[in-house]
Amino acid sequence: MTTAPLTRRPDPVGALVRVAPLAAALVGLWLIVLGLDVLRDPLGADRVWASLYDVLGQSATADAIRERGLDAVQAKLTTLVVGVVVGVGGIWLVYVGLNAVADLLPRRLAGAVRPWLFVGPAAAMVAVFLVVPAIVTIWSSLSAEGGIAETYGALAEDPEMWVAVRNNVLWLVLGTGGSVGIGLLIATLVDRVKREALAKTFIFLPLAISMAGAAVIWRFVYAWVPESEPQIGILNAIWTALGNEPVAWLQAPPLNTFALIVIMVWLQTGFAMVVLSAALKGVPNEIIEAARIDGATERQLFFAVIVPMIKGTILAVATTIAIAILKVFDIVYVTTGGKFETEVLANRMFTELFTFRNFERASAIAVVLFLAVTPIIAINVRDLRRRRVGP
Amino acid sequence: MSAGVPAVAAVRPGRRQRTSLLGFVSVRVAITAIAVLWTVPTAGLLVSSFRSNADIRATGWWEALLHPFELTTWTLTNYGQVLAADGLAGAFVNSLVVTIPATAIPITMAAFAAYAFAWMRFPGRSLLFALIVALLVVPLQMSLVPVLRMFTATDLNGTFLGIWLAHTGFGLPLAVYLLYNYISQLPGELMESASIDGASHFAIFRRIVVPLSVPALASFAIFQFLWVWNDLLIALVYLGTDSTVAVLPARLRELVGTKGESWHLLTAAAFVTMVVPFAVFLLLQRYFVRGLIAGSVKG
Repeated sequence: MTTAPLTRRPDPVGALVRVAPLAAALVGLWLIVLGLDVLRDPLGADRVWASLYDVLGQSATADAIRERGLDAVQAKLTTLVVGVVVGVGGIWLVYVGLNAVADLLPRRLAGAVRPWLFVGPAAAMVAVFLVVPAIVTIWSSLSAEGGIAETYGALAEDPEMWVAVRNNVLWLVLGTGGSVGIGLLIATLVDRVKREALAKTFIFLPLAISMAGAAVIWRFVYAWVPESEPQIGILNAIWTALGNEPVAWLQAPPLNTFALIVIMVWLQTGFAMVVLSAALKGVPNEIIEAARIDGATERQLFFAVIVPMIKGTILAVATTIAIAILKVFDIVYVTTGGKFETEVLANRMFTELFTFRNFERASAIAVVLFLAVTPIIAINVRDLRRRRVGP
Repeated sequence: MSAGVPAVAAVRPGRRQRTSLLGFVSVRVAITAIAVLWTVPTAGLLVSSFRSNADIRATGWWEALLHPFELTTWTLTNYGQVLAADGLAGAFVNSLVVTIPATAIPITMAAFAAYAFAWMRFPGRSLLFALIVALLVVPLQMSLVPVLRMFTATDLNGTFLGIWLAHTGFGLPLAVYLLYNYISQLPGELMESASIDGASHFAIFRRIVVPLSVPALASFAIFQFLWVWNDLLIALVYLGTDSTVAVLPARLRELVGTKGESWHLLTAAAFVTMVVPFAVFLLLQRYFVRGLIAGSVKG
């Protein structure tokens, strides 16, 4: 890794070269301040266009805009453009400028300051939106009226909470196991054939679908109508064709929770498949050959040779999916809204927050979710150390 | 193909010498079956979105597929209605307004930070990086309430600016992590020789690192784009369901609540929410897959 920053410029031109970026910094800063002002104003887009027309000398059009306002779509697209210009251009110019300011400093000091210019904005955003809020959430759940015992005690007495915890465990085990298991199965199968791209794309495609969209797709799969009418949901159509009565898959506990977990497995399997596929390709042919020469059966080859070799990747994929599943909200919210014993923690928290406006309780549920992932955080950081990833 | 064995072995010598023709065929059949199984739910949605309400209720969508050329059974009116009357067109614009800046801003910030983590030395570097990686797994829910309070206090609730900032903050850890993994693997000689030639860190970043990192930048851009476009939770909390700002998933969820059995509308509306992700995904699949693998393959 290179170390000290080395900026040495020829002197005569130097002064001018240094002033230009400084000007850029000021322009960038001005752009950001102006942009933020426009973006915070509901009529900001109108103002932008009005001033634009003023500059062009068409004050009549400008006044018309000030009076009647812009068309809604034009206003929104203006907001979009301002956002990108300020968010990318403005920030870039500020980096340019601050960097130039650093150049003016003595070289030693500049070397010490510059890394913070590069890291600073990202670190500040992360601090404001993740670190400080997390601390505040923990703190407010502990210091709520009546203290810890009150907040968490009430939580523990809420039967819905226990339903949510039970379901979260079900989701975690079956959802993660299902996605990784099926993903590994498909990856192994696909590894054996030549043309794989098309089938893989179809299995992979749900990954692009929002959970809300997936919820609608599967509500239709699970659709129920009385026996007297034609079944329009494909699952009940098959089920009744086999001579059974139609089932309300999303209303009947405990079946409905499993039906919801299927949606998540459907969404996540493609991810597991793609990553595990890549890992399988990395298993050297010589090792497989050697195992075969030693007389290993296909099953032994798979469980005793291949799986141990890609264990790290399997674990990583399982962790990623488990974290996503623990926070699952959209699927439950859009399909059942947590009714019929399908509640999960993330949906419970949303309900406390928006239906009951109980912020302390919502914070306490967030902390429960956080505690559930702390082991994963510890493993991740330790793993990072072990692999010497990161600086 | 006279015998399965040599033909298959030719594909990748060594790995599957024992695969018989029968085995080969059954593997293909299994893969195809799974692919079909995975596609059926989406296919049902797509087919139904082009059928009238009466048709949907009268017969299953698979029966319509038996007569694909009876053009009178297909209709576009569902799309007309959801886009105009049900406000999906407006929500589509809102989704674009939310997603594009919420993708562009974090990339800019993360690229600078990733470069510093990879190629600059400063005290606290390892600690800060470990913190950011740890934040990758902290549930977003931990931030919801305090950020909501902060936004209420600063009048950012329900504004596009607010949700851009939120998505930037929430997306940065992954962005920094992915870009760091890529940028730190760039050959050090490049930076060293540039540095000897008198290039500053900023010049190296702009002229060497950014152009070479386009694949990683693209990977993250696709991730963030899909994530923001598909997000429901953050959109509901910080933007709300008012039609002037509501994004597609929020609008779709409203429709499920108010018109839960109007399948002709729900299917069309759901497909409208999926068009852009599908396009992005199919066009840029290569970059997306690369990013997924870079983010999670561990030795």
